[in-house]
Amino acid sequence: MSLKIELSGVEKIYKTAQGKVDALSDINLCVEEGEFLCIIGPSGCGKSTLLRILAGLYQQSNGEVVIHTNGISSRPANAVVFQEYAIFPWRTVSDNVNFGLEMRGMARKERADRTEEYLNKVGLIQFANHYPYQLSGGMKQRVALARALATDPEILLMDEPFGALDAQTRIVLQEELVRIWEEEQKTVVYVTHSIEEAIMLGDRIVLMTARPGKIKSTYEVNLPRPRKIELRTTPEYNYLAQVLWEDLVEEVNKVMMNGAGVGNV
Amino acid sequence: MVRVLEMYKFDARLSGIGTDKEGFYRFISILSPLLVLIMWEVSVRVGILDHRFFPAPTTVMGVLFGMVKTGELFGHLAISLQRITLGFLLGAIPGIILGLLMGWSKGIRAFMDPLVSALYPIPKVSLLPLILIIFGIGETSKVVVIAIACFFMVLITTAHGVMRIDPILIQAGQNYGARGWNLFSKVILPASLPSIFTGLRLALGICLLIIVAAEFVAANKGIGYLIWISWSTLTVGKMYAGLVVIAALGLIFTSGLERLGKALMPWAEDVQDRTR
Repeated sequence: MSLKIELSGVEKIYKTAQGKVDALSDINLCVEEGEFLCIIGPSGCGKSTLLRILAGLYQQSNGEVVIHTNGISSRPANAVVFQEYAIFPWRTVSDNVNFGLEMRGMARKERADRTEEYLNKVGLIQFANHYPYQLSGGMKQRVALARALATDPEILLMDEPFGALDAQTRIVLQEELVRIWEEEQKTVVYVTHSIEEAIMLGDRIVLMTARPGKIKSTYEVNLPRPRKIELRTTPEYNYLAQVLWEDLVEEVNKVMMNGAGVGNV
Repeated sequence: MVRVLEMYKFDARLSGIGTDKEGFYRFISILSPLLVLIMWEVSVRVGILDHRFFPAPTTVMGVLFGMVKTGELFGHLAISLQRITLGFLLGAIPGIILGLLMGWSKGIRAFMDPLVSALYPIPKVSLLPLILIIFGIGETSKVVVIAIACFFMVLITTAHGVMRIDPILIQAGQNYGARGWNLFSKVILPASLPSIFTGLRLALGICLLIIVAAEFVAANKGIGYLIWISWSTLTVGKMYAGLVVIAALGLIFTSGLERLGKALMPWAEDVQDRTR
């Protein structure tokens, strides 16, 4: 196993009209190639900001971000699956999946094949010509997932992608995601606020503090895969969930005490 | 068993009412204008309304058809439409382009904002005398005043549209490799299309307002001129005919633009509601 992502001393400071806001402070983190890492933390802890720094969408204020790429120019270093619905409403399902390939200048024929392959993978091939407004929330996030996977990124960055979905749909999509991840052997960084989701998905869970976000603790999840829903009744699962909850609840309380009901930045 | 039957009956009743009501509502929304016309017609016929000032709807339609036959109406209509079309295009196209730039670039916005904020609130009709001084009484002045009014309306709605694009869509575009022209043409332009259409629709409404006002005072042909001269010479039937034509134009413009919007944005199920 080689290192894929190395963060050292990463800080993010926002300048607002009210003064400076420390969003992230002293983040040190390594992610191995092929690892499924979950980042969990109270709302407003800067976990989405951290993900956007990894995506290259935001610039860190201090510290170093090193992404080890394979140096294959046809593959992007990362692709993001955003929370909520970041698929383009003016593009059909297949044109959305196509988008990243189009931007990378792939030939039309190859693009069409790749799009079809990933639409099949997420089970949306019959909806290829639908527009997003005709889809349910779960289907929209499947499109977002296919759009990301189709570009064959080395790292898949996911920002609470299933947070807005109902519980049943979320479980189905989590299982699909793990199946695809096992097939494709990608490095995944997955931001969530759900302990349950982090345990079901992650090889490792990083827990962040309330703002300014720091890494508080790291947990290995040694539960066997495939992790089915039955896992949730086992003592191992419940023990881990309990420990994580106690660790997390301190931070949640801090947020509530400060009345810092800030949204997802 | 009884409960199932009851439920069935209840359902049937519900759906029955549903479809009947649809038809009923459609019926009453046709009914109200029809009633007004009938009341108007009857009032004139029995002498409650003075037919010299309020000719009966049938009389107005008669005058209108007469004008169509002689070709009188066509002359007025053609020149008004020409002014509107030229003014609209000359105002809307730069309005869209500058609006997109203003919405996208903070620098351009900072540069343009004071000018736009100062000039936008001026009712454009009030500029007509100034424009007549500059461009004379010919065609140019009418086209220019329409263009100015359209320009500001389209500029402001377009710029707002760009500024209101959900940042997550732009981030997604960037993350998947869209830069520069690609980001503009594949993300920003389609995302602001609904706002651009709202601006165009409002601008067309303003066009009608301005063309009538401009032709009242500074024209010797056109629908506005027709309405004004008919009043001055007390040929009231023709005045009403002009009003009918202006109303019809408004209707045609709105529904035409709505159709164009639907064709260009099949993805926006609610675009019609948004631009309404």
